[in-house]
Amino acid sequence: MAGRLEHPGYDEEKLRRVSEQLPCREVQAGALLSLMGQPQQYCYPSLFIYGHRASGKSHVVNTLMKELELPHATVSCVECISAALLFEQVLLAFFGCDAASLLPRSPSLSDFVRIYRQQAEQSPAEQTRYIILEKAELLRDADANLLPALLRLQELVDDNVSVILLSEIVWDKFRPNTGCFEPLLLHFPDYSKGELQQILSKDRHPSYSAEFYSSYVHILLGVFYAVCRDLRELRHLAALNFSKFCEPVAAGKAKETDAHKLWKNIEPHLKKAMQTVYLREVSSLQWEQMEEHDAGALRGLSAHTHVELPYYSKFLLIAAYLASYNPARTDKRFFVKHHGKIKKTNFLKKNEKTSNHLLGPKPFPLDRLLAIFYSVVDSRVAPTASIFSQISSLVTLQLLALVSHDDQLDTPKYKCAVSLDFISAISRTVNFDIVKYLYDFL
Amino acid sequence: MSKRKAKDTHLPIGECITQVHHILRKRFCHQQLPDAPEGVEAQHRHLMELLKRTAVHGESNSVLIVGPRGAGKTMLLRSVLRELAEEKEVQKNLLQVHLNGLLQTDDRVALKEITRQLHLENVVGDRVFGSFAENLAFLLDALRKGDRSSSRPVLFVLDEFDLFAHHKNQTLLYNLFDVSQSAQAPVAVVGLTCRLDVLELLEKRVKSRFSHRQIHLLSTLTFPQYSERVRAQLSLPDDFPDAKFAQQWNAAVTTLCEDKSVRDVLQRHFDSSKDFCSLHMLLMLCLSRVSVAKPTITAADFLDASRSCLADAKANMLHGLSILELCLIIAMKHLNDVYEGEPFNLQMVQNEFRKFLQRKTNSMYNFEPPVIMKAFEHLQQLELIQPADGSSAKTQREYRLMRLMLDHVQVMEALQKYPQCPTDVKQWAMSAFA
Repeated sequence: MAGRLEHPGYDEEKLRRVSEQLPCREVQAGALLSLMGQPQQYCYPSLFIYGHRASGKSHVVNTLMKELELPHATVSCVECISAALLFEQVLLAFFGCDAASLLPRSPSLSDFVRIYRQQAEQSPAEQTRYIILEKAELLRDADANLLPALLRLQELVDDNVSVILLSEIVWDKFRPNTGCFEPLLLHFPDYSKGELQQILSKDRHPSYSAEFYSSYVHILLGVFYAVCRDLRELRHLAALNFSKFCEPVAAGKAKETDAHKLWKNIEPHLKKAMQTVYLREVSSLQWEQMEEHDAGALRGLSAHTHVELPYYSKFLLIAAYLASYNPARTDKRFFVKHHGKIKKTNFLKKNEKTSNHLLGPKPFPLDRLLAIFYSVVDSRVAPTASIFSQISSLVTLQLLALVSHDDQLDTPKYKCAVSLDFISAISRTVNFDIVKYLYDFL
Repeated sequence: MSKRKAKDTHLPIGECITQVHHILRKRFCHQQLPDAPEGVEAQHRHLMELLKRTAVHGESNSVLIVGPRGAGKTMLLRSVLRELAEEKEVQKNLLQVHLNGLLQTDDRVALKEITRQLHLENVVGDRVFGSFAENLAFLLDALRKGDRSSSRPVLFVLDEFDLFAHHKNQTLLYNLFDVSQSAQAPVAVVGLTCRLDVLELLEKRVKSRFSHRQIHLLSTLTFPQYSERVRAQLSLPDDFPDAKFAQQWNAAVTTLCEDKSVRDVLQRHFDSSKDFCSLHMLLMLCLSRVSVAKPTITAADFLDASRSCLADAKANMLHGLSILELCLIIAMKHLNDVYEGEPFNLQMVQNEFRKFLQRKTNSMYNFEPPVIMKAFEHLQQLELIQPADGSSAKTQREYRLMRLMLDHVQVMEALQKYPQCPTDVKQWAMSAFA
């Protein structure tokens, strides 16, 4: 094996086991190990490891810790909604539950450091203790003192302890404004295409040959590599679609070596997978069940956005959409039957930059909504309480958004929060041609 | 084992390397105190005299040690304290209280910590009793009862002093300075801070009680001194068990420091910062490459270490993006160029991307809008783009205004380094106005 891990002070057998578990990460694991040094030596007070999602950050660190049996506490910052939980987990991992129970009800950093010092006096570290913080970017939202204190924990508790932070976000975004102890930065680069192929080929199906599976992985990467480099996502997709890939072989229509035939069979399937299961439009379970039926016949999550609304609500929503996406000066032209003479050149002058379908919906007052509403509804509608309550229920359905909160009753302003597809579907049900009334599509 | 005997023995190479790691790691990581502080002799003398006056004669003092991060403030203080501790009358006389602004985040916690460290009577075991007011009254009472001649002097060390100035009403600082000004128990208050404007943070009444004695640790290091320090930091002490190995090691380090490429590396680091911490980081990276198979530090190690120290993290992250995400970044860069840094939303980016695809005859990147949205959200998670305004829930996802957190040069550089970047994407990025 090319990059075998070697380091004095650690058991060789264990190191061999570690390097078996870390394909394509030997360099990073080696670098990390050499920074950590021998177990009884001091390690740098804090290490910051960054890299993309699923580039093996936690895996490398945790495998090293577990296989080499180093004293460590792995803490996910997502779970630790308060610093108290973090302190408790660290003390629990290092000194057992007696120490953790010493913490007062809402412990401050001071309490934590005091108890840590106390315990470390009784049982000083024979090996470097590691605190591993996953998703460290969440520490920025915690107490402002927490991150700087953790970075110099070694100095504060005067013990052989080292803090390893793992994050997707670069260190520059972490630095507090009065500065802090700078951690040692370590980058985990992304897997290259070859490495992804190598790793994905490892979990092959036992009943098929290795070449067969790796050709499948090759096709899969051909489709998805341009969009997704996340190993976990790719692995999930590979597991989901493999049965479809094997179908022609199982049915006897193709041999394992008929690469072209297999590719022709699987490629449209994978493309469909990108639009559905990759976006979680249909769940993995549904996708697997769909195998028997036609793929994609099932309606995805976004197809369910169609809502059944009352008649007037539909028109209110249409009016709101028109008010949001048309400039107010064109209202007369669109909605008044006998509008005055308008210079055509002036009216049609528009450029792409000001298109509302690019910039997003504009807020409009209630009066304008009602005026457009009366104009688009054919029959006479009385402005009853029910009309107004329908407006506010559209707001609670989040189809409309109330913009300014300063005045609830007098001149409220709204914004329309639905997409063009949605409103076209609605207007089709009431036989209203919305595109004819939209300024951007004139 | 007698010293002579140790000198004669030759340890196996693995043992030597372990020893080297042990000694140097203690120096770089654990910030072990050097035998004598370098370059701060005047400050050292000043602080030493001051603390001695408190410890021996019972004079009350207050002083601030100000200097940038990694300038050796703690090192200075600790070496002074170590020297003080060697003197017998000081040793049994002086009480020390160490507080840190990071840990003692408010006066209540700080007060408990003081009581605990002074072992006053309301401490049972490790717990402190009483409310904040009681504690404060008790502590002040204890301090007030003492006088110059009879009571033991107390040294208060306030690390991260500027954070104490953010406490409510600055009660703790007021009381400490007040005690130091009036004829009560002798106290010395030493504050360590990295803020040069720390006096502006103090309230007027607190400021007037402070002695305005400041010790500045501003680095006056020149490059020859800097490289000398590197040499000193890397060399082994005289009491190294294997004298021959130590000699060889020290000779190798000396020649290394005169090497042209190493000097270049050091010059670059010297130009970016002069502090101890970044130097230690560099040396630690070099040291980590020393093993039994390669028992010396080479110039190549220095180059590698400096490269990983100075690497642009954002460029590293850009390297791992997918083609689609890279295309979106290029589209954003174009939008930034055309509209002069105005914020943009997903629709505009999509529109820009679509324009690029339309100009090409064979579009292999025909992605659905939701797929583009997913890529866009991934960029947002990486904080390469950030929302321009705080309001989140109000607007739809595709109309939220965003800003690109990269500059032109970073994008272009990342593009050059990108593995197997398609030519047309490269050309698109080059064209100033798409």
